[in-house]
Amino acid sequence: CAFFVTVVDLIHFEHHPVTEANSIMISITGNCLSLTQPLYFTSVETLMGILSLSVLPPPPPPPTVSIFVSMSSSADIISTVEFNHTGELLATGDKGGRVVIFQREPESKTEPFSQGEYNVYSTFQSHEPEFDYLKSLEIEEKINKIRWLPQQNAAHFLLSTNDKTIKLWKVSERDKRPEGYNLKDEEGRIKDISTVTSLQVPVLKPMDLMVEVSPRRVFANAHTYHVNSISVNSDYETYMSADDLRINLWHLDITDRSFNIVDIKPANMEDLTEVITAAEFHPHHCNLFVYSSSKGTLRLCDMREAALCDKHSKLFEEPEDPSARSFFSEIISSVSDVKFSHSGRYLLTRDYLTAKVWDLNMESKPLETYQVHDYLRSKLCSLYENDCIFDKFECAWNGSDSVIMTGAYNNFFRMFDRNTKRDVTLEASRESSKPRAVLKPRRVCAAGGKRRKDDISVDSLDFTKKILHTAWHPNENIIAIAATNNLYIFQDKLNSEMH
Amino acid sequence: MINTMECAVDAQSLISISLMKIHNSRTQRGGIKLHKNLLVSYVLRNARQVYIKEKYAEIYRMQQYEEVMTVCNEIQQLNPLELDAEDADDEEQARAACCGEDVSLCGSACHRDAAHTRTASALPGCSHLEYDGKEPEPSFYRSCCMEASPVSECDQFSANGRAHCNKTTVLDLDTHVVTTVENGYLHQDCCCDALQCGQGAQSPAKKRKVEFACCVSDVEELSDFTAARKRVKREDCSYTHPDYTDTSNISNLISIFGSGFSGLLSRQTDLEQICSKQVLASLGAWTRAIVAF
Repeated sequence: CAFFVTVVDLIHFEHHPVTEANSIMISITGNCLSLTQPLYFTSVETLMGILSLSVLPPPPPPPTVSIFVSMSSSADIISTVEFNHTGELLATGDKGGRVVIFQREPESKTEPFSQGEYNVYSTFQSHEPEFDYLKSLEIEEKINKIRWLPQQNAAHFLLSTNDKTIKLWKVSERDKRPEGYNLKDEEGRIKDISTVTSLQVPVLKPMDLMVEVSPRRVFANAHTYHVNSISVNSDYETYMSADDLRINLWHLDITDRSFNIVDIKPANMEDLTEVITAAEFHPHHCNLFVYSSSKGTLRLCDMREAALCDKHSKLFEEPEDPSARSFFSEIISSVSDVKFSHSGRYLLTRDYLTAKVWDLNMESKPLETYQVHDYLRSKLCSLYENDCIFDKFECAWNGSDSVIMTGAYNNFFRMFDRNTKRDVTLEASRESSKPRAVLKPRRVCAAGGKRRKDDISVDSLDFTKKILHTAWHPNENIIAIAATNNLYIFQDKLNSEMH
Repeated sequence: MINTMECAVDAQSLISISLMKIHNSRTQRGGIKLHKNLLVSYVLRNARQVYIKEKYAEIYRMQQYEEVMTVCNEIQQLNPLELDAEDADDEEQARAACCGEDVSLCGSACHRDAAHTRTASALPGCSHLEYDGKEPEPSFYRSCCMEASPVSECDQFSANGRAHCNKTTVLDLDTHVVTTVENGYLHQDCCCDALQCGQGAQSPAKKRKVEFACCVSDVEELSDFTAARKRVKREDCSYTHPDYTDTSNISNLISIFGSGFSGLLSRQTDLEQICSKQVLASLGAWTRAIVAF
């Protein structure tokens, strides 16, 4: 029977990060026994059920239970965001190795101006923490990148990777199930043959939609260093994975072999001067790919030239300004993300303070340079001390390659219009993001400078709130912003089409 | 030329902070991050460059002071009775001139030693100059920032410190091949730091401490986690509670770090080239660093 108790004291609460089990010890008022054994539960509802079964009923009426258990943890931090090729699906990966897929609801006919919103479509555990016994290393389950394959049949396929292993997942829907088996009954139990008098043909009956996710391929043991990028080739047969020193080429159907196409590991590790930070295939030319380095250079490689693409076809490098050297010059010039434009003509790169657009035909310097948060230049020392200077911000193109977007601190993200040269700073926060509200542009003013209303001073920026991962819908003005463990999806309803 | 104006922290602190980061990265989940450690090593190199420049400017000033003192003393010898008073004044002025700005750095040591042993004493945090008549040792230059060891202690050990510890062991994670490379001589720091770890240690204990101090060198190399783990257990010094101001132990790491990431060393400025050659020639550190491949 159900009853209520008063929880007097939360003695102990523990959330196990790997098994996700929670245990709680509480003491209860009244004349009942006090609970000293830990109760294991996975949700608050289950806990209430267990309590109601195991505690003896106390005499007089205590008030209702209030158990507040915080369930969110650092495992919920979103680590990657990616739209699929049509924009119908949006996948996020988090630090706990989970993938959540959102699907856009089809536009409602009754409300033609209310465009589809995104709802959770499927959730699954992609990677688990592993332990490399040979090197005594724990391998994090954090999802570093997700890339969708172009859709070829009813099912969707995506690649997800942690530091060491890439997996291919099949996401499919099931909305019918067969009924009317001869040998099994509806619960699956084997029927007594003697009761079967006639044969029937099983028929497919509709059922509640179920989304099934299954691992189709596991591409493991190919990387000694931490995988930072994966990129699907436009041939739809191969893809590449890049770690700090090497890039491997895989065939999507073959898991026991991969080809090494770039290797920048020096013969003597003491001579190491740069690492690979990101890599991507050209959107149209299946033989071209680009990789960025920690020194701020980009290398375009042609797989037709040689089996091993250590020698680049093009090297994109902006000469360093010698007067601007500081202790942290090398850190802030390290490229954290590189993206081809949809046209394939341009490259977008992000380093710590700027975003740059490069023309593939000009190697000597970028076409455009955008200052994302130059006010941080005088704060590099403290950003180094608190490790923020190592944050890796991603960048994104819009569908028509006219606007670029990237994240910053204080949950700010910035968009730069390449044609009008206008830029805007917006904030992803619960307060400012009521449904249907218009985002208000924000401004950061230098410390001590003239301050307008609603401006925020550099010194009051919250560096723990950083937007590292952003994605832009391939066709429409819809953006997905990951702010720590919250996902914001903003839609520009006025200008839904790209221009 | 590195612009240090915008940095709120001085070079020595940056070095400490950087070494702390490298040390902490060994215990971070997911293994050592090559990219981050490489970037930290760049900061270390830059900070060291600035630090060396500053220290050599200091040494130059000290040299000038030394010349002045030599002249003063010669005058004193000529006329010991009459010029004592004057000499004292001159000394004071000379001292004030060169040490005025950096009293905290070289003040007391300067006064004491210049007055009595004609030795320009250790610049705290860096080179240990000995203009002793017996041993004018350029080998005491080094590109590190060592905490000021009291001069007496270093003198005590300078005679002792002649062991050979000069191995670099390298483990290639790809091929799992272990190779050992021979290097130079014992680094003076080891003895001095061994002293700091355990005062007046006897030879077996001293050897153990020396081993410790050099094992800590693993920290700034990208060490194999296993090997590093084993060494961490043997550390019994104050290194278990490092903080940014604990430069005495960290300074030892810096001296050893000079031999690591030689790809960075090759990009030094001229000034550093000159002193680094001397440094490295005498840099007989216990460079038993395990480099992760």
